[in-house]
This record gives sequence, structure tokens and C-alpha cells, in this order.
Amino acid sequence: MTDKKAAQVLIELKDAAFAYDGRPVTPGMSFRIMAGDYVSILGENGSGKTTLLKGLLRMKEPYRGEIIFADEMKKQHIGYLPQQSGLQKDFPASVTEIVSSGRLNRHKTFAFYTGADRQAVQAVLRRLDIDNLADKSFRNLSGGQQQRVLLARALVASDGILILDEPTAGLDPMASHEFYKLIRSLNQEGETIIMVSHDVHCVMHDATHALHLDRDFYFYGPKEEYMDSVMAASFLHRTEEK
Amino acid sequence: MILEFLSYAFLRRALFSGLLISVSAALVGSSLVLKRYSMIGDGLSHVGFAALAIAMIFSWSPLLVALPIVILAAFLLLRISENNPLRGDAAVAMISSAAMAIGILLISVTKGMNTDVFSFMFGSILSLSDSDMILSVILSVAVVLFYLVSYNKIFAVTFDETFAESSGISSNFWNSVLAVLAAVTIVLGMRMMGALLISSLIIFPPITAMRLFGNFKQVSIVSVLVSAAAFLIGIFSSYALNLPTGPAIVLANILFFLIFSFLRFWKRRKRVTAGGQE
Repeated sequence: MTDKKAAQVLIELKDAAFAYDGRPVTPGMSFRIMAGDYVSILGENGSGKTTLLKGLLRMKEPYRGEIIFADEMKKQHIGYLPQQSGLQKDFPASVTEIVSSGRLNRHKTFAFYTGADRQAVQAVLRRLDIDNLADKSFRNLSGGQQQRVLLARALVASDGILILDEPTAGLDPMASHEFYKLIRSLNQEGETIIMVSHDVHCVMHDATHALHLDRDFYFYGPKEEYMDSVMAASFLHRTEEK
Repeated sequence: MILEFLSYAFLRRALFSGLLISVSAALVGSSLVLKRYSMIGDGLSHVGFAALAIAMIFSWSPLLVALPIVILAAFLLLRISENNPLRGDAAVAMISSAAMAIGILLISVTKGMNTDVFSFMFGSILSLSDSDMILSVILSVAVVLFYLVSYNKIFAVTFDETFAESSGISSNFWNSVLAVLAAVTIVLGMRMMGALLISSLIIFPPITAMRLFGNFKQVSIVSVLVSAAAFLIGIFSSYALNLPTGPAIVLANILFFLIFSFLRFWKRRKRVTAGGQE
């Protein structure tokens, strides 16, 4: 990550704090996310992780402080993989239909797909090695395949930045491992990754930065600094106990 | 027999407008069912019944009274279900039975229970006036056209509201659009199917299509075909055998559902035996 891109700030938070339902749920945070970073967001349930992601997606304004986005980070051109509600597991839609919907952010009034959209979708399916699933129904796929499809939808929507909210929740260990491997290779290809995860191992192995969120305080820094911090020590300890 | 049916101008009109309503019900129904909003459709039909009662008392145009009331109710029911998924279910049931009770009370106090009430509840495609018919045709064509133009966005919001929101597609707006489309379809279909049976027109065809098809476009097309076929079978058999139209259409829909379910079962069994032989 020594190329020119690495020096580019994508998102900068200046004392930004978020509220949910009118109640503050995060402390004021100040940090910068650079192009090519792999940021892992950790924290207990209810510590405002998903709320922060909504802020990074510009779906929510901070109630205090500000977020500055780089000019080339066009609004809505962020790839998002939301937390799964379980409603979609048996949805009758083909893989191509689902991944194509990632291109809708490029269409304003009339949302018809163009040849360029179809090519982008095919390219992304090949990139994630799921082009053999293109015409398969989402409801007949395994959990790991379903997540891969939703990741493809995020990729096709994005201009190089992916925001993932607990993407491996509900996956078996093998499928989780595969999924993290895929994220790691995407990061090595230059994608910026921001991911909420309960899995501390992915911070230890893959992430470049850690953001640990709690109601009143937070830690943001390179993975190595985090691993030496008091917060990490107590969090990791608690996770191991579970 | 069919030719004899078609020789009556009013039956031809009923056939044409009924077919269009069946098509729009099937399209809107696919999204409603997948968004777990089937109960909203049911609630709206009961509100529609109360609205028809009011229209009858004042001798106003049934469609013009029912449309705004049911559209308003659709917004209300949608908000309730979104804000409180758990109690939303109960709230929808409460509103629908309350509307039904108010409608029946209003009618029996003012005009007494009569054949109109019967046709409101169980439908009568022949009770449509010419102006109702024209309005039905215009509105159902509008619903279908709007659905086709917004197809990709409706798909996105139906599949994943959160993701759609991140792409700049307002789920609030599109859910409201869906609520309006559902309200219009229900009001139009209610004269034909009756307040008690209209939700079947919205729910059966998509569920039937989903038995066999796993792709949203196929589900949409097949549910339109199933809905149109069930309507035709229903209306001709009701003419030939002198059956009430609404129940005959529902019966045809049940038949399709059973056939599709059987085919699915058969397909799976075949796959299992084929797998076992390998």
C-alpha cells in the first residue's frame, strides 16, 4: 500500500457523533479512512456500529461534528452489504436480477439497465467466481453463496469502497473463512473495506485498522496499536470467554 | 357458449375490465406478498366495504368515494406495520373488522340490508356502471404501466429496502407508491370480487407462480398469466353454470395453486430419485 492512492483520504470524521431514535449512541469520533484501508469495526451489541455505517453511507447525518467525503467519492457509489434480515432467504429472484439492482444507483428517473450495466454485472460475477450461478435462483443457494451474491451487488454498486455489516453472521465456519479470504483478496486488489464484525480473528489477520466503539469512548488506529491497547485486551478476553 | 357470452355488450365490457384488473392485481400482489404485506391487502378491502356503504347512503359514485378513503387507509396501515411489526398485525385486523362493522351498521340503519350489501361483500361484475367501467379500465392500465416503468426499482425495494436506500432509492416513497397501487387495485377489484374475496386476487397468483419459478421476472409474468386464466375460467363458468363470479374466480385460482403445488412436488421427487441413482 505504498502507491499514490494510499495517501488519499476518502472519509474524514471530525468529532462526529451519531444518535439513534433521538438518543446519542456513539461518542464524538475523529479519524480518517484512506483509500485501500481495511477497517474492522468492533464493539458490543448496541454500541452504534450499524448507526455509524449509516453515517458513512450518508443515510444519516451526525448530530454533532461533521463527516467530510472526498470529492471523487460520489454519493451513493458506495457498495453496501447490509445485515441480513432473513426475509430474503427464500426470495424468488435470480442471481443476475439481484446483482443488477446494484446498478440502480447510476440511474435517476428511468431505471432501465443498459448494455454497460449488463457488462459490469457479468464482470463482477466472474471476479467473484460465481458466473456459473448467474441464472440460479437466490433461494436455492447456500448461505455462503447468498452472501457472495450480495457482495457482488455491493461491488457492482461501488467505486472502490465496500461497507459490510456482519457479513458472516449465520455462516458456518468454513463459509466464513472463505468469505474473509475473498474480502482479503478484494482489499489486496485495491478496494477499501469497512466491515463490522464480531470475529476478532479477522482483525488480527486481515485488517489494517481497527475501530473499537463503545457508548462513551472509542479507539481508532492501526491494527498493531489496537492489539496492544487496553480495550483490545479486555474485549478479546471477553470474546474468548464466550 | 363463449360466442353467446361475447354477444352481450355489457358482458364484453365486464370481461375486458376484469381482465385488466386481474393483471394489475397479480403484478402488485407479487411485491405485497414478498414484503409480507398480504394482510394489508385484506385490511384495505374491509375499509373499502365501509367506503362503499357510505357511497351508497349518499348515492355517490362508489369508486370516487372508495378510492381516496382506501388510499388513506393504505398509508395508515403501512405506517403501522412498519413502526411496529409485531403489533402491526393485530392493528390491521382491528382496523379491518372495525371498518366492516361500521359499514354494516351504516347500511342497516339507513337502507336496511339489501342485495347491494350482498354484492359489496361477494362481488358482482355485472353491477358495474358504464362510467365505473371506464374508470376501471383507465386506472388499471395506469397501474400496469406504472408498474412496468418502475419495475427495477420496485424489485430493488421489495428485495432489500436497506440496500435500496443506500443506492438513493427512498424506501418510504416506494412503499407509499406500492400502497397506492394496492389501494387502487383493491378498490377496482372489489366490485368484481367483493370485499371478502378481493385479497385472493392479489395473493393467489403470485404464490402460485412462486411454487415453480425462482426468478422475479418469471414470477411476475406467470402470476399475470395465472391471474388472467383464472379470471377467464371463473367468469365463463359462472356464466355457464350460473355461479357467483367472485367465488368462481377464487375457485379457479385454488385449482391453479393445487396444480402448481403438485408439479413442484413431482419435480422435487424426480430430482431426488435422479440424485439417488447417481
